[in-house]
Amino acid sequence: MTLDVGWTVRWVRRTAEVVAEQRLALSELDRQIGDGDHGENLNRGFSAVITKLDGLEAPPEQVADVLKLVATTLMSTVGGAAGPLYGTAYLRAAKVTASVELDPASVVAMLEAGLEGIVARGKATTGEKTMVDAWSPAVTAAQEAAASGADGEAVLDAAATAAEAGAVATDPMVATKGRASYLGERSAGHRDPGAASSAMILRAAADTASGQ
Amino acid sequence: MTVRVALVLVSHSAPAAGGTADIARQMAPDVTVVPAGGIEADGGDDLGTSADRVLAAVQAGLVQAEGVVILTDLGSAILTTDTVLELLDMEDDGSAERVRVPSAPFVEGAVAAAVEAQQGGDLDAVEAAAVRAGSLFAAAAAAETASDGAPDAAAGVDGPPALTAHVVLRNPLGLHARPAALLARAVADSGATVRVDGANGASVLELMQLGAVGGRDLTVVASGEGAQAALDLVVSMLEGGFGEV
Repeated sequence: MTLDVGWTVRWVRRTAEVVAEQRLALSELDRQIGDGDHGENLNRGFSAVITKLDGLEAPPEQVADVLKLVATTLMSTVGGAAGPLYGTAYLRAAKVTASVELDPASVVAMLEAGLEGIVARGKATTGEKTMVDAWSPAVTAAQEAAASGADGEAVLDAAATAAEAGAVATDPMVATKGRASYLGERSAGHRDPGAASSAMILRAAADTASGQ
Repeated sequence: MTVRVALVLVSHSAPAAGGTADIARQMAPDVTVVPAGGIEADGGDDLGTSADRVLAAVQAGLVQAEGVVILTDLGSAILTTDTVLELLDMEDDGSAERVRVPSAPFVEGAVAAAVEAQQGGDLDAVEAAAVRAGSLFAAAAAAETASDGAPDAAAGVDGPPALTAHVVLRNPLGLHARPAALLARAVADSGATVRVDGANGASVLELMQLGAVGGRDLTVVASGEGAQAALDLVVSMLEGGFGEV
């Protein structure tokens, strides 16, 4: 499937559906170690994205237009830390996706830019029980897939699979960043909600790319 | 005195941002203070921070002043503000260089920054005032502040001798926020160095930290250019009871 602006819109719409379905589960994860609002906040953000997409007078022309719309909307409507973190990820991704159609290298560049945005904003590194623990292995897997000649769909699938494994791997970690860090050792044994939602976003990208 | 810096107050709560702006404006009536609290939800406000609101507030501040100092409360307020700086930087019109985000406590930082801005401080001075408000909290920093006082005393030795007066604080509530701000502004405008029981008379926070209430005997020491006039003014203000007697 062509990874163009049409795919980008489908990816974003699928993400909004998945977040809406999973909002209670995400908030429940957040209740264990944070302030319990991650699912509701993200759902409010992606609902606002859909409202904006539906309200556009002309359909978006570029992949980057869609990513920028997602970025600015999440920054202003999510409310919690996920707003600026995801907002910056989409914003940085928009900056590197100037082409009409993404080839495998562009997909990798988009994911790398997203990770860089999250790291720049959140100042987190791997092993700290954050979104970075999903995004970092996702980027590595995408790089390896692209280097071995995979197409865009396969690159996204590799990224989503690695992000899901990365989210699961946050379970035993002790949080040192964000609200969960107030819990210290007690944060171990729970999945990080930001890593979980990151994996959902990347899975939505892979599924819509493969026509699912 | 021309005000050169505006403030933007970023909080998770719209009432907290608005209320803190009220406190800051009371002490610095000519300073533009723009609250940017909460997020929009179903026609009202909800808890959270919004890049839209912060960006609009910063742009409003930049229209009114040479520069903007942003005070933030917790977590996402800081991340959202950083994000807004990135958005401003993308504009590439130099506006990002006119914005500062000091690490400072929200309310105390806002008050200190507002008073400094009211006195005509530039971006560096207003940012520094906010940062200093934080260090005043810590006991260790309080000790540092005391040793910082030494050069001032030495300066008094070089110039004309320091002038001292004793005065009894008359208003029952003493040097609370409003009188402290009035006094600090008067001292800053005088150009002289004035210490009230050792506290820097131009610093509203140091004056408030004295915890001085009505009936307390205060020692006022003035030095430098215009010391006599400054001493007379401070004594008359303290004896006047700030309109609260």
